[in-house]
Amino acid sequence: MQPEAMRGDASNLETVIHFAGQGIRAALPIVLGYLPLGFAYGVLAREAGFNLLETVLMSVLLYAGSGQFIAVSMFGSSVATAAIVFTVFLVNLRHLLFSASLVPHLRRFHPGALALLAAEITDESFAVAINHYGKNEARLPYHFGLNLTAHFSWVLASFLGGVAGNLMGDPARFGFNFALPAMFIILLVMQLKDRKTIVVAALAALFSVVIAILWPGSWNIILATVFAATLGVILEPWISKS
Amino acid sequence: MDQQILIIILGTALVTYLPRLLPLVILSRVQLPGVFLRWLQFVPAAVLAALLAPGLLLPEGRLVLSGNPYLLAAIPAGVVALKTRSMALTILTGMAAMVLSQHWL
Repeated sequence: MQPEAMRGDASNLETVIHFAGQGIRAALPIVLGYLPLGFAYGVLAREAGFNLLETVLMSVLLYAGSGQFIAVSMFGSSVATAAIVFTVFLVNLRHLLFSASLVPHLRRFHPGALALLAAEITDESFAVAINHYGKNEARLPYHFGLNLTAHFSWVLASFLGGVAGNLMGDPARFGFNFALPAMFIILLVMQLKDRKTIVVAALAALFSVVIAILWPGSWNIILATVFAATLGVILEPWISKS
Repeated sequence: MDQQILIIILGTALVTYLPRLLPLVILSRVQLPGVFLRWLQFVPAAVLAALLAPGLLLPEGRLVLSGNPYLLAAIPAGVVALKTRSMALTILTGMAAMVLSQHWL
């Protein structure tokens, strides 16, 4: 009995290691992207007035590239806390779609495990996982291997950026003041899937600029997003016909 | 630790975690209304455009159309984004273009 049970455990452990290794390897392209990005975040967070602990804590708890860039840059321009939190909420609302898309693959697992797994959903880790689940059965060790590797690289990179940020002087000399716009450009390009999303993005850009000129502050982002997305739903039948 | 920063970290972490969590643990039973899902599909493009446009056009809070290094750097970054769809390459291109355009202007 005893040896057999132990053999069972051992092969079970081997399975876990096998799938976790698969997840870790799948995360490597993400790591390559997160290292420069997390580093840039660390530099900007220090520039905005975060200390090293706060810089790293945000990467551990929030763990959302664009959200973190936005939060520290708004904090650096003395925006009200409520506006910062609400803007980050809107920016990260897209995770609702990712989480919902994972339901068919992950619903058979324990809710406690899913609650942990959900904390590390990002654009990149979602894209890799959903692509993998198109051809393979979902496995928790795979998914945690993928998520934890990506998250660890993000935390490490922001720590390194946070240390360097203190030493390098004005980050604008190295173009770090364009890291955030450049990230918005690539994320926006990946969102422009059809005529409808292009129209909505153009409306949001226009509203945001006009509101910012008329009413300085940071509510332009929230208002423009809500107006443009609502107009998108209303105009949808006409845009898709034309 | 600065109290306002701590509130920002915890607040943004919470409002980010809930949309990540709720569909996975609840949606097996409940279905979101279709109109809300359609609205939600427009939010990513809308919020990114709303964030990007003022950053490029209003660098100091005022409209600057000529001699604006942000607008200039956006051109190569946009081309690389469209061609490669790579986040790292787009950001590195944008930062390099920013160094150059700040130098020339």
